[in-house]
Amino acid sequence: MATTTTIEPGKRRRKPPLFSWIKGISQVLFTVLVTMVGLLFVTFIIGRVMPIDPVLSIVGESATNDVYEAAYRELGLDKPLFMQFLIFLGDVFRGDFGESLLTARPVSEDLIRVFPATLELATVGTIIGVLLGVPLGVIAAVKQGSWIDHLARVVALIGYSMPVFWIGLIGLLVFYGMLGWVGGPGRLDIFYVDVVPSVTGMILVDSLLAGDMVVFKNAVSHIILPAGLLAYYSLAYISRMTRSFMLEQLDQEYITTARVKGLSENAVIWRHALGNVKVPLITVIALSYAGLLEGSVLTETIFAWPGIGLYITTALLSADMNAVLGGTVVVGLVFVCLNIFSDLLYKIFDPRAK
Amino acid sequence: MKHFKRVLLAGLACAIVTIANTSFAATPSDMLVIANRIDDITTLDPAQSFEFAGSDLSRNVYGKLVNFDPNDLSKGYQPDLAASWTVSEDGKTITFKMRDGVKFHSGNPVTAADAVYSLQRAVKLNKTPSFILTQFGFSADNADQTIKLIDDMSFSITTDEKYATSFVLNCLTSTIGGIVDSKTVMGHEKDGDFGNDWLKTNTAGSGAYTLVNWKPNESYTLNANEDFYAGAPQMKRVIVRHIQESATQRLLLEKGDIDLARNLNPDDVAGISSADGIEIDSELRGRLMYISMNQKDPNLSNPKVIEALKYLIDYKGMQDSFLNGQYTIHQAFLPRTYLGEIEDQPYSFNPDKAKALLKEAGLEGGFELKINVREAQERIEIAQSIQNTFGKANIKVSIEVGTGKQTLSKYRAREHQIYVGAWGPDYPDPNTNAATFAANPDNTDEAKATGLLAWRNAWHLPEMSKATKAAVQEGDRDKRAAMYEAIQREHQQRSPFAVMFQKIEQTGRRDNVNGVNLGGAITAVSYWPITK
Repeated sequence: MATTTTIEPGKRRRKPPLFSWIKGISQVLFTVLVTMVGLLFVTFIIGRVMPIDPVLSIVGESATNDVYEAAYRELGLDKPLFMQFLIFLGDVFRGDFGESLLTARPVSEDLIRVFPATLELATVGTIIGVLLGVPLGVIAAVKQGSWIDHLARVVALIGYSMPVFWIGLIGLLVFYGMLGWVGGPGRLDIFYVDVVPSVTGMILVDSLLAGDMVVFKNAVSHIILPAGLLAYYSLAYISRMTRSFMLEQLDQEYITTARVKGLSENAVIWRHALGNVKVPLITVIALSYAGLLEGSVLTETIFAWPGIGLYITTALLSADMNAVLGGTVVVGLVFVCLNIFSDLLYKIFDPRAK
Repeated sequence: MKHFKRVLLAGLACAIVTIANTSFAATPSDMLVIANRIDDITTLDPAQSFEFAGSDLSRNVYGKLVNFDPNDLSKGYQPDLAASWTVSEDGKTITFKMRDGVKFHSGNPVTAADAVYSLQRAVKLNKTPSFILTQFGFSADNADQTIKLIDDMSFSITTDEKYATSFVLNCLTSTIGGIVDSKTVMGHEKDGDFGNDWLKTNTAGSGAYTLVNWKPNESYTLNANEDFYAGAPQMKRVIVRHIQESATQRLLLEKGDIDLARNLNPDDVAGISSADGIEIDSELRGRLMYISMNQKDPNLSNPKVIEALKYLIDYKGMQDSFLNGQYTIHQAFLPRTYLGEIEDQPYSFNPDKAKALLKEAGLEGGFELKINVREAQERIEIAQSIQNTFGKANIKVSIEVGTGKQTLSKYRAREHQIYVGAWGPDYPDPNTNAATFAANPDNTDEAKATGLLAWRNAWHLPEMSKATKAAVQEGDRDKRAAMYEAIQREHQQRSPFAVMFQKIEQTGRRDNVNGVNLGGAITAVSYWPITK
């Protein structure tokens, strides 16, 4: 005889909201912790097996054996690899990333200096990329097959395939060298360096906080070209993805219904169709932003932009592992934070995700 | 949508107005702006700094007991913070009398106690460049007895044996000879570190310039020291920006946003040399490019083979092609502009002569060789050229490219056959290269004298080692120079080293900037004589 059990709605045991919150936060923190330790472990091992000698970076090629050995021991390289990692991990949990071999300063101090430069550049680049890329993708989808669609495709193709090194130098040559429309390499003209006090490390923000519009304008003239270059690459990605999401939505029945109801074409496209691609678009933009926040080594090299990409790469090539690992933690945290942030936005924009 | 358009247009208009208002001007007449690669600066402590860009900064911030005159480097060392000196009869003790009235940037007077402290701390700290001082027998244990204060304005140093005075004084012109403000430095000591941690990022000198700030991999800024004993510099501010790319340096120079571009590649030099308002200066630097042959290899230890291989290098072909503007042919171990330099070039590309020599060695049928080279473009290109020209005498060459660590480890372990190397002098005295290219007191594997190039190549040279030692003790400057000339000529004939090229540095300069001296092969750049 089959028996059935029914659960009465009123009697369902519900966990208190506070418990759910604590559980949720604990899960996130645990995930972050495991991710970061894993990331550090992999980076640490790669750094140690790389055929670059950190001791030679310090003592030089002509050093005698005694000097070499002394530096080797000073760096703790005589200890077993696992022990080295555990010592490093312990220091990181105490907030100490150690001292950079290349700059002779605490890595944390270096990161505070270089990360805002990248953050500023990536943020401006992403804003320009989104402001241009999303409308371009929408229009390309709506006017599928038209000249504007082809133009968007060509723009994206060039963005994907053009070497950043070349396009950066050409940009400098034309807009700085020949036309004089923008500032040259660096974050400011030398006359404005250290004029406004550093609060956030982002010169655009600091100059506004100080109310110094001359410095602000100079900073804009310097950032516009490298940010435009980064924007171009993120625009290429964002516009293609927007077009693809929009094409999918424009085929849906609710779009036909909206049109039948007599809504204007603008309302159908920009409010209804674009409204429904917000969620996947957030992921695309967040990924693109995170990619730029890693630092674009070539852009930073050409434009003499002292950002985190250049910092990590220079450190890696000199086996400055404290700096590499410190930079990795920052980049890892950026990715994790942006993931959490886009998850939160999902829940806000998509009721099904709640 | 309308709102979005308005925002977009407003933003665009703002950007255009902002950009259009950007003003561009040449650098001010009392300010010098330089583009250079300064990412090699890892410390500002003169007892530890051992890099090119660090030496540039240090030379302008720290005074030394003796120094080179930027207006005439050929005069050799000249009095700087030491006004005069005397040498004891046994040649071991030098007594210095300090210059009166010189002050550190802090306002403290420069005294003999500062000089004693500076030299003692450099020895006791035992950082990488300390060998420049410890080679005279100074050590942490005896520094207090060998570097002694006599009175406020005089002190003495006593070496373990007799050395040429020129050798000792030349060494004191290097970065490690920088005299620090002992009171300021001692005020920043932590756990007996002689203020090393503080001096890594700060300065305490008495030179022509004071440090305003150093931002690693970004820039450093110097202000003129108005109380500089030789007169206040005309350039009141010097800013050195780290610009990695040659093309970017060129653009900045063309626009007048910088006065000097230190790292232009040959393409950019060619492109900019006819531009209005720009001059190109070429200056010899100390770096040498050489190949060496491991004497543990039976073929390579044959003198006929060594000589043949030196005739199988296309020196001119390389100089005129991929090394154009960067290196010039030079075949002796002392760079030109050093005491005892020679300009002899006994070897040129001559495959017929090489073949004849190989025939005499019984190797006319050829043999196989491996070249170890690190992954630097110019060295790889040199290895490829040699691979090609050695092939003309039936020598089949394979090239093994590795990282610095891989290649150097093999070299230091004496496991290579042929090594393509670069060598820069450590201090401005001929012994810096003679002691490594032409001396090897103990050629056994157990000696592990990895700092000596002769040992790395297992070259046993007892007579030349003695000659090198004798040259370092010769008190007469001219006789000493003649000794090095003779050693180099013999070295050219017999050694398993084929020195090929000396570095040239080409600098782009705005034509209103005068008095630039980069320091040649022997020292670093001096900013204080520069005018506009």
